[in-house]
Amino acid sequence: TVCGTGSGLGTRVLSLLEEEFPDVCRIVTAVYPSAEDDVITSPYNTVLAMQELTEHADCVLPVENQSLLDILNKIDAMSYGTKLGPGVKRNNCVTSGGSRLSGAQKPFDAMNNIVANLLLNITSSTRFEGSLNMDLNEIAMNLVPFPRLHYLVPSLTPLYSLADVSIPTKRLDQMFSDAFSKDHQLIRANLKHSLFLASALMVRGDVHMSDLRRNIERLRSSLPFVSWNQEGWKTGLCSVPPVGHSHSMLALSNNTCVKATFMELRDSFTKLYKKKAHLHHYLHVDGMEQSIFSEALSSLTGLIEDYHHLDVSKSRLQRDTPRLRIATGSSS
Amino acid sequence: MSVVTIQLGQCGNQVGQELFDIICNDAEQSQRKTYSTSCSARFFRPTSKGDLVARAVLVDMEPKVINQSMNKAVKSGRWRYGEDSHFSQKQGSGNNWANGYCVLGPRHKDAVEELVRQEVERCDALAGFIPVMSVAGGTGSGVGTYVTQCLRDIYPTSFILNHLTWPYGTGEVIVQNYNSVLTLAHLYQLSDAMLVHENDTVHKICSQLLNIKQISFSDINMVIAHQLGGVLQPALTPDSYGVYSRNPLGELVSALACHPEYKLLSVSTVPQMPSSSIAFSTFSWPALLKHLRQMLISNTRMEVGIDWQVRPPPISERTRSLTQGGFNTSLANLLILRGKDVYSAETGGFEDPAIYTPWLRSEEAFSLWKSPVSFDKYEKFATLVSNSQALLRPLDDMVRKAWNMFASRAYIHQYIKYNISEEDFLDSFTSLEQVISSYGQLQC
Repeated sequence: TVCGTGSGLGTRVLSLLEEEFPDVCRIVTAVYPSAEDDVITSPYNTVLAMQELTEHADCVLPVENQSLLDILNKIDAMSYGTKLGPGVKRNNCVTSGGSRLSGAQKPFDAMNNIVANLLLNITSSTRFEGSLNMDLNEIAMNLVPFPRLHYLVPSLTPLYSLADVSIPTKRLDQMFSDAFSKDHQLIRANLKHSLFLASALMVRGDVHMSDLRRNIERLRSSLPFVSWNQEGWKTGLCSVPPVGHSHSMLALSNNTCVKATFMELRDSFTKLYKKKAHLHHYLHVDGMEQSIFSEALSSLTGLIEDYHHLDVSKSRLQRDTPRLRIATGSSS
Repeated sequence: MSVVTIQLGQCGNQVGQELFDIICNDAEQSQRKTYSTSCSARFFRPTSKGDLVARAVLVDMEPKVINQSMNKAVKSGRWRYGEDSHFSQKQGSGNNWANGYCVLGPRHKDAVEELVRQEVERCDALAGFIPVMSVAGGTGSGVGTYVTQCLRDIYPTSFILNHLTWPYGTGEVIVQNYNSVLTLAHLYQLSDAMLVHENDTVHKICSQLLNIKQISFSDINMVIAHQLGGVLQPALTPDSYGVYSRNPLGELVSALACHPEYKLLSVSTVPQMPSSSIAFSTFSWPALLKHLRQMLISNTRMEVGIDWQVRPPPISERTRSLTQGGFNTSLANLLILRGKDVYSAETGGFEDPAIYTPWLRSEEAFSLWKSPVSFDKYEKFATLVSNSQALLRPLDDMVRKAWNMFASRAYIHQYIKYNISEEDFLDSFTSLEQVISSYGQLQC
């Protein structure tokens, strides 16, 4: 997170874990700051943490508070809105279990519940049986084509279950469409307008392979994938759905849209850093030097450039790479 | 003689369990004692309590699938797996061939070899091994290849027939083409032959022939197991002199894989229909065999959508194009007929030299096995195991996609981490391009 403990101590723990258990997959859920965040130095903390995350995590699932709030508002609108129609089952929300705080305070419990649901979905295949298991280390393997480009956009559906029962197949197909809609993403970024490097779909509940395949076929044309990974889908089928739902889906996308998030972050960092605002608080700490700031900034810039490089390739028409020629016995 | 099956990874353990179920069912249903006895001895061992225990070793890097398969077997009430015949870990292979082959395989070599040794010692005579695995993931493909290597080292004269499931072309595992290329290139040096099922083909059988609306992996696995049953159940061979063959794997390999460059085998079976329709259908051998032959030469792996226009080209017009006019040239074919009136079935169509490569005589290229016992509920059932160009296109697609990905070096760091280098990749690509080239020129 953006505060000192999460970003600082958290990333130190991350590099210790890497030292002690190098073969164990490290998947980090990281809460990124929103525009009006309480902590003024959050850009510093975030950029410094990001260098650690880029170097020492296998995957990072960035989550933005603003997206969580937007999801909460959407659920509220559905429950209390004037729309005639099905009401939202309160205890089947992705925010269930959390209490709502009133007034200006952010409803952190409800927001944290969304992230908790994310973690439940990622680990569902480890905890329950299914016809196509997807373990944590498979997520890292399939979604990270180049070591530093491991920031995966999470999206969850459904956010809530409706009181009525609509046609099962339609509801199922809707779930797939929702997964790639901005309302369901946990960071604000435009998946469809950027380039997919890879995507994973973890489906839970009464869903068959054929449903999965049908929907991937349906969605493929609207989702641009990088030329060397046109079929870049990793899928998992877990038999047990979350409590209160018949099925659910988690999508994790390695997509160049995160570039925009990182560019915003770099801008807010630079705004403070140029004026050296609040820098002395950091430099007073033993072992902290200014070079650490400039290294972190350059790591972030490098990351943005890597994503940009891939983005640029989007419009280029890629042909098949010429294959190896084998000398054959007989003459041609 | 007995076959020891080694189930590897999620796919291997799921398919294997369905296979033993079908074999056991078939053995029990048949009225013929010699058939059931031969079948039981081949795939099961009796225990002091009189129940049937599969001659199988179950290997996976995580425990859930093995537990499921073992429980399902017990629930059938007719057979089970040996209580100690399994080996599993907790973490999985992460879909990483290098992890499976270079790290997990060697790490657990002793434990797995010990389980295999115990199973082999319980056989009066060993007919050979069938490792069952997928090529797309990490355990089946990586650990499976390593285990096959160990088998080859320890039992150099035994027959090893790998059963491989190839993934859907799109979207099971992103690095599936890398894992497949590495597996196939290595197995080519280790296996006597590879019997291949492709999920895409089996999926079409489920939707177009069996009319299954919502196809699950369970449906896919049952079709695979059913076709394998048609291959592996006892049959009378030319070498067996009136008794069920005691050397099924050896005879299959010598019938089909006479040349080290050609080891890829595909399976087709007729008839194939929803079980509810079987009772209402009549079958004749001429019709079944006519369909099967056309399925072979037009490379349609099922009994619907057959292209009847495809004909063998005249010998003078054979060219080097990858698939000439859609015609599928064979190196060798094995036809297995089961059920009623097998002795009167006319199989001349499969002995036609025009459907074979010119450098092998059709008498050597074609083999016929028979069993008077009906298989499953089918009064007449034919299985064709082919060494032909049928898998050429899927193999070529797999290599092409892997090569495109390799050109950008995407995901390579994941393999290098576990000691598979770019050179290892290049070696595997080279081997498979050689295989593709050989199969591509089969008609010359």
